[in-house]
Amino acid sequence: MARTLITMPKTAKRGELIEIRTLIAHPMETGYRHADDGSVQPRNLIRRLTCRYFDGRDDVEVFSAELFPAIAANPYVSFFTVATASGSLRFSWQGDNGFAQTESVELTVT
Amino acid sequence: MKATIVAVLLASIALAHAAEPDPRRSGYEFMTPQVQAMQRDDAANPAMLAVQDGAALWDRAAGASSKSCASCHGAAATSMRGVAARYPVFDAAQQRPLDLRQRINACRVNHQQATSFATESADQLAIESFVALQSRGLVVAAPSDPKLQPAIERGARLFTQRMGQLDFSCAQCHDGHAGQRLAGSTIPQAHPTGYPLYRLEWQGMGSLQRRLRSCMAGVRAEPFAYGAPELVELELYLAQRAAGMRIDAPAVRP
Repeated sequence: MARTLITMPKTAKRGELIEIRTLIAHPMETGYRHADDGSVQPRNLIRRLTCRYFDGRDDVEVFSAELFPAIAANPYVSFFTVATASGSLRFSWQGDNGFAQTESVELTVT
Repeated sequence: MKATIVAVLLASIALAHAAEPDPRRSGYEFMTPQVQAMQRDDAANPAMLAVQDGAALWDRAAGASSKSCASCHGAAATSMRGVAARYPVFDAAQQRPLDLRQRINACRVNHQQATSFATESADQLAIESFVALQSRGLVVAAPSDPKLQPAIERGARLFTQRMGQLDFSCAQCHDGHAGQRLAGSTIPQAHPTGYPLYRLEWQGMGSLQRRLRSCMAGVRAEPFAYGAPELVELELYLAQRAAGMRIDAPAVRP
């Protein structure tokens, strides 16, 4: 379980553009670095972040990103979506060595 | 009406004269606007991930006592407020100065009957940054215990003592050339107001002792071991030097 920090409004007006900011604790080891003894440190990356918006009826992917070795440790990703209906935003990070982390944040639309 | 304006003007001139500008600058002010924004914004500051871990550790029972930090200290927001601002302190039991890390470890061993955190481990930095956060915005308190005076003086001597193959003292860069550049990096004034902090170069959290040891390795000196009295004395001197400056922990530094 990695530590995550998701910052977004709890409530929004219908049709409003909301900013979502995510931060996750992860080393993002490139696979190109050597340890002190000369051995290559195995690659350990988050490969993909997706965000799905579930409003009780539709489950829509509103954002996805692919992550690469040049992205720093503890990757910070921010994006926007339109608040359409009350529901939850479901975040999923997937990576090497079976890394998988999911979080869900509720959004109330008025 | 006119008289009031004149009075206000005179008062503001008097104030401007009374308050000499403080020449001391936090490392924050030497950073690019982008990194400053990263530190200011708790949603983007990666140190806040460590703070979250620290908050969980605060409430988690550890050791044979099955006590958590919260069992004795209660809510950190009140009990730990200002603590990071006044460390290192003189410890009566051990008859020596202790920094915040040594105090936390002493608490773990004596009161929780658990083992000390491993040096620079994620848990250690997490609990330290959680405690440091409770002092954010407060000012660094000058070490007031007279028993600390000899240690502060030793720290001051270390700060100006040349060391390593490059034969540099801390003061030569941080007093003599602050604001100038060492290769691509701006040399700050070395005020420890943001520790433990997230360093982009480290891609992770680190303590003031890690910073001091890296500087020593930089001038090709043999760094003092973690927890060595010399490092605590340097921390004490730096705390005295930064007394009155605002704490901005957990900071971000390039």
